[in-house]
Amino acid sequence: MVSRTLYDKVFDSHVVRQEADGTALLYIDRHLVHEVTSPQAFEGLRLAGRKPWRAQSIVATADHNTPTKDWALGIRDPVSRMQVETLDANIRAVGAKAYFPFLDRRQGIVHVIGPESGATLPGMTVVCGDSHTSTHGAFAALAFGIGTSEVEHVLATQCLLIKKAKSMLIRARGKLPPGVTAKDLILAIIGRIGTAGGTGYAIEFGGDTVRALSMEGRMTMCNMSIEAGARAGMIAVDERTLNYIRGRPLAPAGEMWDRAAAHWRTLVSDPDAKFDLTHTIDAATIQPQVTWGTSPEMVVSVEDRVPDPDRERDPSRRDGIERALDYMGLTPNTPITDISIDKVFIGSCTNSRIEDLRQAAAIIRGRHIADNIRLALVVPGSGPVKAQAESEGLDRVFRDAGFEWREPGCSMCLAMNDDRLEPGERCASTSNRNFEGRQGAGGRTHLVSPAMAAAAAVAGHFVDVRRLVSRA
Amino acid sequence: MEPFRVHTGIVAPLDRANVDTDAIIPKQFLKSIKRSGFGPNLFDAWRYLDRGEPGQDNSKRPKNPDFVLNHPRYQGASILLARRNFGCGSSREHAPWALADDGFRALIAPSYADIFYNNCFKNGLLPIVLTESEVDRLFHAVKAFPGLRLTIDLEAQAVHTPDGQHAYRFDVDPFRKHCLLNGHDDIALTLAHADEIKAFETKRLGEQPWLA
Repeated sequence: MVSRTLYDKVFDSHVVRQEADGTALLYIDRHLVHEVTSPQAFEGLRLAGRKPWRAQSIVATADHNTPTKDWALGIRDPVSRMQVETLDANIRAVGAKAYFPFLDRRQGIVHVIGPESGATLPGMTVVCGDSHTSTHGAFAALAFGIGTSEVEHVLATQCLLIKKAKSMLIRARGKLPPGVTAKDLILAIIGRIGTAGGTGYAIEFGGDTVRALSMEGRMTMCNMSIEAGARAGMIAVDERTLNYIRGRPLAPAGEMWDRAAAHWRTLVSDPDAKFDLTHTIDAATIQPQVTWGTSPEMVVSVEDRVPDPDRERDPSRRDGIERALDYMGLTPNTPITDISIDKVFIGSCTNSRIEDLRQAAAIIRGRHIADNIRLALVVPGSGPVKAQAESEGLDRVFRDAGFEWREPGCSMCLAMNDDRLEPGERCASTSNRNFEGRQGAGGRTHLVSPAMAAAAAVAGHFVDVRRLVSRA
Repeated sequence: MEPFRVHTGIVAPLDRANVDTDAIIPKQFLKSIKRSGFGPNLFDAWRYLDRGEPGQDNSKRPKNPDFVLNHPRYQGASILLARRNFGCGSSREHAPWALADDGFRALIAPSYADIFYNNCFKNGLLPIVLTESEVDRLFHAVKAFPGLRLTIDLEAQAVHTPDGQHAYRFDVDPFRKHCLLNGHDDIALTLAHADEIKAFETKRLGEQPWLA
């Protein structure tokens, strides 16, 4: 039999039919829905007099617009409120497998609650009107973001029209040094292959470094596949995958679990499977990463300096560096550790899970945020993450250190609610995008790991977290 | 969807790489539950000097005179010339909605982000891929000839200069081309295969009942 990649196996098993040019009609198992990219799709469905094909495939939540404090006051922005209420009404009308609305104790960021509730299972096709749907690939699901027209298409037909992507293997070898995390690994990969390096590909992350990562770390890696240009990132099933899923509310149990687990164990690339492109990364050489510019590929290690455009020979790249430095208010050759910050954000679908909060808390414990920090936010990824953290006393650790402990949601990753940067403010953020204005018009974002964000909060500027680890 | 066959229009150049969808349409405008009305907020943070919020009268806002789409020579442009990795970042279809709502029918760039590229076809907006050097030549031409118009012929898969001297050939998936030429509704096409989908689904959920 022909050797196949994990991507081949999951893709091929969902093909309903194929056009002459290779365009496939791909069956979708799980449809995650949130309030921002779905209202026009539900409206389109209604206008055409169509009904959802399989409402039981839908798992929905409100996360982008929801406030992270004063929940008793509801959503005060009337435009945001309307969008969230529209989702309530749409789900009420069509039904769903599960709905975690605003104020529900299991509400949270859609890419946190999917795995957490057991709605994301290996071998599934998972889509959502959100580019960070790639997160769910950590469970050997084929998961990718779609636009609103495609949301409507999936609602109406349970399928998508799609061409198979090329396959890329990113093999990470060796042990990550202490204080260096999955976030640093994926940022380093993006720095190496660029934000378009994965365009047209589905990435599989493999190698002993990835095998050694927790499911939280694997989700962080797959989450940022899209920042490398790839719609989907995937990681093969192993015992760690199964241990994470076992006992989740929507996961199979009993005899059904045994059958499912036996199938899931086959969801690995065959040993001699061929990839269109392979990159190998030496994990042991990776240092804590900090982005300095307005694209995730503009990243260096904490020991480095802000780049000098005069050393870039390619005129279009030089232009890009100059523009980014101007927006970021940075001078070439400044040591990264000399960059002081105004705000700290620990949260987002990239880094708001329990392990992320534990890593940040380990740095914060017994310390306090620096005087120049105007706001330090911790926004847990979901109600259950928040409850777990509180049961471990992490909320006290953060509060005692001067952080604000908030309610779950997307928050300052994209600043659709009230959590945002003011013009010129500089932020150490555990989120995924440092685009111009992403965290608020004129705001300046530096992407880092939770541990690095915590260290920056304590120091008031970027600092090599490994110094704090050795002291701790 | 409006069919796309042959289109002639003014070309506006946006000379920067990695233009992301946050730049194309900033997040505060994503709170709308409509598909239309995003045009005036296309490239909002670059286009205006003040801070954009939903519900403003955009005609009264101060425009940034340095931003290329505000230059008089590019008024009425319907073809956007861009650099590599255009449309990277978020999956928001509000990005092609804003481009289409502002009058754009086609884009020309060396490469696009996958989700954005896909979203364009759903909205009658044709994203054309030309080589870096061809795109370079077009940037020079647009700067040299005010009001430069190009003609895009989807059937022939070619971009023509007005003098008819140059034709740039481009590739497009046959299925996408077919849908765009005819303005097909994807959903109606897919539902023509409803029986096959149903049969596939029944078999799949039977074999893997934990997916139900």
